[in-house]
Amino acid sequence: MSYVIEGRTGPWEIVVGLEVHAQVVSQAKLFSGAATAFGAEPNTQVSFVDAGFPGMLPVINEYCVAQAVRTGLGLEAQINLVSRFDRKNYFYADLPNGYQISQFEQPIVGTGKILIEAPGMESREIGITRLHLEQDAGKSMHDQDPTRSMIDLNRAGVALMEIVSEPDMRSPQEAAAYLRKLRTILRYLGTCDGNMEEGSMRADVNVSVRRAGEGYRTRCEIKNVNSIRFVSQAIEVEATRQVAVWEDGGVVDQETRLYDPQRGETRSLRTKEDAHDYRYFPDPDLQPLVISKDWVDGLRAELPELPDAKRDRFVAQFGIAPYDASVLVAEQANAAYFETVAAGRNGKLAAAWVTGELFAALNRLGVGIEASPVKAADLGALLDLIADQTINGRIAKDVFEDMVETGRPPGEIVASRGLRQVTDTGAIDTAVATVLAANGDKVAEYRGGKDKLFGFFVGQVMKAMAGKGNPALVNEALVRALAENV
Amino acid sequence: MSLESATIKKIARLARIGLDEAAVTRLQAELNGIVGWVEQLNEVDVSGLAPLASVSGTTLHLRADVVNDGGDREAVLANAPGREGPFFAVPKVVE
Amino acid sequence: MLTDLSIAGAAEGLRRREFSAVELVDAHLDGIEALNGRLNAYITVVADQARAAARQADGALAGGDVPVLTGIPLAIKDLFCTQGVRTTAASRILGNFIPPYESTVTANLLREGAVFLGKVNLDEFAMGSSNATSAFGPVVSPWTRGDGASLVPGGSSGGSAAAVAAGLAMGATGTDTGGSIRQPAAFTGIAGIKPTYGRCSRWGTIAFASSLDQAGPLARSVEDCAILLGAMAGYDPKDSTSADRAVPDYRSACTRSLRGVRIGIPKEYRPEGLSPEIEAMWESGIAWLREAGCEIVDVSLPHTKYGLATYYIVAPAEASSNLARYDGVRFGERVAGATLDELYENTRAAGFGAEVQRRVLIGTYVLSSGYYDAYYLRAQKVRALILRDFTEAFEKVDALLTPTAPSAAFALGEKMDDPVQMYLNDIFTVPASMAGVPAMSVPAAVDAKGLPLGLQVIGRPWDEEGVLAVSAAIERAAGFAARPTLRAGVGA
Repeated sequence: MSYVIEGRTGPWEIVVGLEVHAQVVSQAKLFSGAATAFGAEPNTQVSFVDAGFPGMLPVINEYCVAQAVRTGLGLEAQINLVSRFDRKNYFYADLPNGYQISQFEQPIVGTGKILIEAPGMESREIGITRLHLEQDAGKSMHDQDPTRSMIDLNRAGVALMEIVSEPDMRSPQEAAAYLRKLRTILRYLGTCDGNMEEGSMRADVNVSVRRAGEGYRTRCEIKNVNSIRFVSQAIEVEATRQVAVWEDGGVVDQETRLYDPQRGETRSLRTKEDAHDYRYFPDPDLQPLVISKDWVDGLRAELPELPDAKRDRFVAQFGIAPYDASVLVAEQANAAYFETVAAGRNGKLAAAWVTGELFAALNRLGVGIEASPVKAADLGALLDLIADQTINGRIAKDVFEDMVETGRPPGEIVASRGLRQVTDTGAIDTAVATVLAANGDKVAEYRGGKDKLFGFFVGQVMKAMAGKGNPALVNEALVRALAENV
Repeated sequence: MSLESATIKKIARLARIGLDEAAVTRLQAELNGIVGWVEQLNEVDVSGLAPLASVSGTTLHLRADVVNDGGDREAVLANAPGREGPFFAVPKVVE
Repeated sequence: MLTDLSIAGAAEGLRRREFSAVELVDAHLDGIEALNGRLNAYITVVADQARAAARQADGALAGGDVPVLTGIPLAIKDLFCTQGVRTTAASRILGNFIPPYESTVTANLLREGAVFLGKVNLDEFAMGSSNATSAFGPVVSPWTRGDGASLVPGGSSGGSAAAVAAGLAMGATGTDTGGSIRQPAAFTGIAGIKPTYGRCSRWGTIAFASSLDQAGPLARSVEDCAILLGAMAGYDPKDSTSADRAVPDYRSACTRSLRGVRIGIPKEYRPEGLSPEIEAMWESGIAWLREAGCEIVDVSLPHTKYGLATYYIVAPAEASSNLARYDGVRFGERVAGATLDELYENTRAAGFGAEVQRRVLIGTYVLSSGYYDAYYLRAQKVRALILRDFTEAFEKVDALLTPTAPSAAFALGEKMDDPVQMYLNDIFTVPASMAGVPAMSVPAAVDAKGLPLGLQVIGRPWDEEGVLAVSAAIERAAGFAARPTLRAGVGA
């Protein structure tokens, strides 16, 4: 069932496209040798180039170009061997040159695609229109002084990739899935850290609504949304607003809007008419950027395994469900952890433990997998103890909790706590006999045909054996004992 | 094409140059003279030509990703007409 | 007189210890003291710094092997950023801007031992052909024509040209965007070369039109220009348009034989109504080169007439963007405003002079939505045709010979009511700028009023040597010996 907004006059479908600004991971800025580290003291990472001083000229950072190309390759996109930089002219206090160097006519990366998936949703391909390199602006702070704004240029000139999607998304969930998937790919590639709180990934959201089967109606752009959750919310409230406008006989104006998460509404960012004449033209300080096919091929050869490929491999190699595989590959560290656990073991069991017990424990502790108290090798060892029947599944859960608490290896826990599974049939038979003797009435009921009581007996025997009985042997012994006395 | 005074005001606003009415009138005459003169280019047949943005004929050379600049806040702020502590200061921008 | 020496001669004299660098620098500082009040060539004189540098040069000279320009006093166009020395671009908007860096070109000159006397006047942001648009007042040419009128030195490197012609510096840096080295050189009877675009780094030089701006020297002889250019030029990784090419030995090119060199005479440089004196000078030049062994070939550069109009779209467009950084926020003048936009508008209205405002507005207009294709894009296409003209001509000839300017120097106030009339001064110099090819002006004659006229030699891309060789031959044949009325030690 596809997503619709039920209006007064019938259902509306929504159309969403995203423009994501992703800060490139690099040591130095796109056109200067100043540092890019987050959180430095104001104006300490500013060269005269970044501050737009007279006579200063841009020189492009090769690594930033490589990062853009690697990202393009990760999006299965066309790489343009010749691209060009243009100036986007406008005045703002944190834009020192009075123009931003960007790529308007000839971006470095052309059309590509992203495969998105979410629970209960078929996986879908979302088109990428283009990716281009541009400079970030500085930061204006408006709350430090009653009459003035303060300008910090540390961020001015840091490389950004603007990644533009086709208007292919049809629900807030798809938009969220797109952003998550894009962030996963960027993190795999190491081209952007994807940290939306620090602003290293920001989204502009284009939203319109239409009746099924219609062409596109006017869209609005919601600027600078800084979390995936807010993107979903913003789409929903903006689409609902547009439906109301159309249904009331009004017209949606093409405009830029802001999402206010406190009020749960979008509002128009009214700017003066002429503010949008950016007067793009080729930057005469920069020649065309020409890269060779060999260089691109070299970058391609060194790309890491990307999430889709890894997911397919996990499915094939470990026999796990595609959805579990997508969950595991969403974070590179999770995938690596899983691979260590699953190597040479039962993949399904490994997936169940990682996505089940482990994720629950990490969630409870509020830590990421890097800080997991249970190391991947130890979780693997725990699975080995189950496989060779040293412990049974129930005991394994106890052992795991102990591992979470103490960080001790499972073998040590099993040994020191005497949790080794009992496979001695004599001990099991004794326990069975004791349980049956103590529950004569239940035995009679069972023999009278109440089969369901078998589980009760298993439970009692296990309890008597402090959980350590081998479940298969306990079953066998019970079946035998209950049959014998007929 | 003749530039209206509204056009002069619009481009002055884009260029952030404050003009009084007298300046608008003067510039309207001057700019119309210049624009009228450059329109002689309309007689050139430019069909099929690629625009020439640069004569240098070279391509961009690439810099290594090394931090070797910045880090001198005093030098960056020394010429600022409205410095405030570690910042450049401007009249408050209301968003 | 020390102030009459050539750079080549002075360098020789310094090495032989015939005089000291301090004496040489003092002679020039005395000249500046005496004449700058009338010429207004210098905006800033750094006498103490120059004397200190001269003392250092004397020390180095005493020690033996020294770089080529050791102790040679030069004037620096106030468009080159000089570390610790106020740099103005002859604009109010830069206020008391003290660059924390040294431009690559001036750093190269310092590396070769040059001594800077100060920063010389120019048209504001190098926008002009008369040096009348400077916020620091017009430069007056050291030449006079007998009617008592003050003459312009040309522009935009007018302070450079006036200082060199009057002996207030042995040479000067200039920048040339559409003729700003060549036209003032012609107006003041000296030599000046604009090298190939990309030959001199633009780093640290205040930009006017980035795809056209090139630094080059002005000096009283072709050989002196060759020496200075050799020091100024070179690959600079800080300028993405700088060419990674070795700098040839320009000085030796000046004595090269011209036997068999083909010189093109473009018919389009003979517009209706060209002054007979200019035409006669051109004919003399042709004759001199023929005598020097050149083959003279008639050529056509059919799009020459569109050069100026193309230039007056491309250059203002780039300038409108390049000058956006002068906003009163990080450096320079600020005129207060209640809002940020008012601050910008007040600062830029008060900080930029009339010509700069005109060009910024024209540039903004031709790039603005709805007009970009009709003006800017079309101009870029015509520029491609202008380049093609030169490329095709250089398949037939090795260099081109034309007049530098359509007239001799005019008086302050003349041609100043109509911007287009003023722009027409650059009609012969702009095409080479649009094509990025090297071009030089060399003094060739004086007109009936005793004012100098220059010939322009235009060469193939990167062939400054060829340009210098042809120019040196003209210089030898012309025997140009006229000197301006006002000059150090004479006119004061």
